[in-house]
Amino acid sequence: MDLPLLWAFIIAFAVMAYVVLDGFDLGVGILFPFLGAHGHRDTAMNSVAPIWDGNETWLILGGGGLFAVFPLAYAVIMPAVYAPIIAMLLALIFRGVAFEYRFKTVRGRWLWDVSFSFGSIVAAFAQGLCLGTLVQGIEVSNRAYAGGWFDWLTPFSAMTGAALVVGYALLGATWLVMKTEGPVQEIARRHAFVAGVGTLLLMAAVSAWMPFLQPDFYWRWLSFPQILLVAPVPLVTLFAAYALFRALAAGRHVRPFLCAQSLFLLAYVGLGITFFPNIIPPSVTIWDAAAPDESLRFLLVGASVLIPAILVYTGFAYWVFRGKVADEGYHH
Amino acid sequence: MFEGFDPVVLARLQFAFTVSFHIIFPAFSIGLASYLAVLEGLFLATGKAVYMDVFRYWVKIFAVVFGMGVVSGIVMSYQFGTNWSVFSDKTGPVLGPLMAYEVLSAFFLEAGFLGIMLFGQKKVGLVLHFLATAIVALGTFFSAFWILSVNSWMHTPAGYGINEVGQFIPLDWWAIVFNPSFPYRLVHMVLAAYLTTAFIVGAVGAFHLLRNRHNGQARIMFSMALWMATVVAPLQIVAGDMHGVNTLEHQPAKIAAMEGHFETNTEGPMPLTLFGIPNMAEGRTDYAVEVPYLGSLILTHSLDGQVKGLKDFPREDWPNATIVFWTFRLMVGIGFAMLGIGVWSLVKRVRGTLYESPWLKRAMIAMGPMGFVAVLAGWITTEIGRQPFTVYGLLRTAESHSPIAAAAVGTSLLAFIVVYFLLFGAGTFYILRLMSREPTPFEEHRPPHHPIRSAGITPAPALKLSGLPDPAE
Ligand code: HDD
Ligand code: HEM
Ligand code: HEM
Repeated sequence: MDLPLLWAFIIAFAVMAYVVLDGFDLGVGILFPFLGAHGHRDTAMNSVAPIWDGNETWLILGGGGLFAVFPLAYAVIMPAVYAPIIAMLLALIFRGVAFEYRFKTVRGRWLWDVSFSFGSIVAAFAQGLCLGTLVQGIEVSNRAYAGGWFDWLTPFSAMTGAALVVGYALLGATWLVMKTEGPVQEIARRHAFVAGVGTLLLMAAVSAWMPFLQPDFYWRWLSFPQILLVAPVPLVTLFAAYALFRALAAGRHVRPFLCAQSLFLLAYVGLGITFFPNIIPPSVTIWDAAAPDESLRFLLVGASVLIPAILVYTGFAYWVFRGKVADEGYHH
Repeated sequence: MFEGFDPVVLARLQFAFTVSFHIIFPAFSIGLASYLAVLEGLFLATGKAVYMDVFRYWVKIFAVVFGMGVVSGIVMSYQFGTNWSVFSDKTGPVLGPLMAYEVLSAFFLEAGFLGIMLFGQKKVGLVLHFLATAIVALGTFFSAFWILSVNSWMHTPAGYGINEVGQFIPLDWWAIVFNPSFPYRLVHMVLAAYLTTAFIVGAVGAFHLLRNRHNGQARIMFSMALWMATVVAPLQIVAGDMHGVNTLEHQPAKIAAMEGHFETNTEGPMPLTLFGIPNMAEGRTDYAVEVPYLGSLILTHSLDGQVKGLKDFPREDWPNATIVFWTFRLMVGIGFAMLGIGVWSLVKRVRGTLYESPWLKRAMIAMGPMGFVAVLAGWITTEIGRQPFTVYGLLRTAESHSPIAAAAVGTSLLAFIVVYFLLFGAGTFYILRLMSREPTPFEEHRPPHHPIRSAGITPAPALKLSGLPDPAE
């Protein structure tokens, strides 16, 4: 069995699970300033309070998994995106503590509101910067990062950063459409339209730019006959976008969320096509970076039991907290 | 701004700062999670409402502590890559899987059931809720298990080989996970967490008893905490002694530094230096106050056992004796003070006057935060004692760091310091405020102004029948 390949899929799954799950709760934070009254914010925060910790755990699995399975990739990528990673970690602290602190004070509540949305926005933007940096390619020599300290800051990475902020806002807005009622839902729906348009524009811009970053990407996406193979991705994306706007317009509750998540999945598949089989474009492959098979096998034994178990009880937790978040009139 | 600084020193400071902050929260939450599970179990078994009151009092504090533990922990898991990339590349094949097991078996378990533990009491019923609490407690134990296995391997590496690119590779997983210092460290750390928590809980109980001697909830806290002190403090001293003997076997230079022991006692027994100032430059301990025989007795469990002095090790392999000598004494001193409190309370308990004396309560309040001090002192002893290596004897700290510029590490270090003091300072303030509230019967689940999040989501029966999918779909 090709263990590195199998593990590449597992790590890709973990990162995707992170985006699917934490994306919407970061999005709720990004939308926070637009929700108006305190009561609306309470409702929005309550809709993610019981689950945000579990969602963020996938980020730890992404990082920890990389350390375990592709230590070289972990050792090269982290220094390459040093500043955005630190910014993201600090931002996650700002938003993470807000979940508890916010309800411990009345006078200082606005402070934790700011901390929550500021943290969410910076974390999303920093993740986008990391993504952009990776796509551009990272210089490696002698099993170490060989680029400069500001390589992560380019117009392209700034654009992926913005795309992630707006995209997460879309996930957050559609989540709120699904989990709330009344005025909060109304506000969320309006913002979902705006964020939806923004997400599509930015996705289009990133996709149009990407093939020109590296000749290999161009070959994968725009040369003939490759283009026939990959064409379904943008086409299905267009369809998902159409379904999203229709569902929003028709006042649906659940469907907009599912459509928004499909947009993310499709973009993710697109990235997979761009990267494969590299783990650090343009030169380090999955197999170069992998730990010895003995490490991969040892972890696989546990992962094949534990990951399904995690999915099951995570599902159970979502089930316990299913349904709408009612606003209980606690906000006077 | 950071020209002239050594990036390795800055990276070490950053690691030490962030991990020292992190450990404070797990040390509390490992103990508190178990305490909460015990309280809820007692409530289910006896039906006495007072246990539920105490549970509800502490679960609010637990939520804040746990949240701070999570966010400070996420920083740790990325810190290896950002600042210690060579270390990560080399040890990844051995240590990575252990840390990944921690994520898979502990963090997800905690996170998955934490929501139910904090917000779901009305939704899942008492028994299932108790189960969720117990699972969270178990998860915190698994966290400690795996991360201490990782850390112990760095002190006493075993079961590894080295491949052609210089990476450590696994040969025997059992030997790696259960490396020689791991069992001792695990027992010692878990007991430390229990003691730390017991002293906090006891101090809060004592504080409220001083104001109202009849508060039943505070009595429960006070009494349970003192039982822990009576039983666990002696166990901890035994565990610590065994830990030290084990360290003597595997890291003799560390023990020599901890004892300020520079010359090997070639003829005659080793005394125990109670106090003194280890002078690394001159290679002796100044102003030493010594007890004859005791050093040999403690370390070798014989009256004239020989213990190697620091001078028997190459100079470049010496850890900083001045620091570890004192941090070690601080920890041991606190250990014996805890034992003292335990014995004192036992005497009072036997006489039936446990709740009478104000002095025991005052002493308990003074000792309240000492568990944290001991934990930090213990870790600093352990980690500085491992220097100048990250993997003991095999990988030097000076060869472990990332190709980073001092400016980058220095700036991020400053940012961590500012943000941690601001945010965790605010958290400490909120926790102290929660603790200053007198515990009451029929403790509400949430303080006033706190939205009732458990009921914040419409309970199933009140839902439009179908649950999640809206009828409109
Ligand atoms: C409440 C906390 C607490 C208390 C009261 C004590 N310790 Fe401790 N000690 C720890 C908490 C701790 C710790 C934080 O858990 C450490 C740091 C790393 C480790 O393995 O445990 C530690 C480390 C540590 C080490 C270093 C192990 C190494 O070489 O790596 C020794 C020898 C001892 N302890 C011995 C003792 C003795 C003899 C004590 C009693 C008199 C004692 N400790 C009380
Ligand atoms: C949680 C409690 C811990 C505390 C308070 C602590 C404290 C410290 C301190 C003070 C240092 C600096 C040593 C020096 O520079 O002389 C350090 C370094 C370090 N520790 Fe720990 N440590 C803890 C746990 C851990 C764990 C669990 C690990 C591994 C999984 C670990 C790995 C390291 C590494 C990699 C370094 C940096 C390299 C070095 O300076 O040795 N530490 N720690
Ligand atoms: C450098 C070493 C360490 C790293 C990389 C690390 C990593 C982490 C991470 C990522 C989390 C958040 C998990 C979540 O989302 O639930 C966390 C929390 C936790 N860690 Fe650490 N940790 C380290 C040291 C320690 C030590 C030494 C202990 C205990 C002996 C410990 C025990 C815990 C526990 C019990 C939690 C759950 C949260 C809490 O109780 O506050 N960790 N850690």
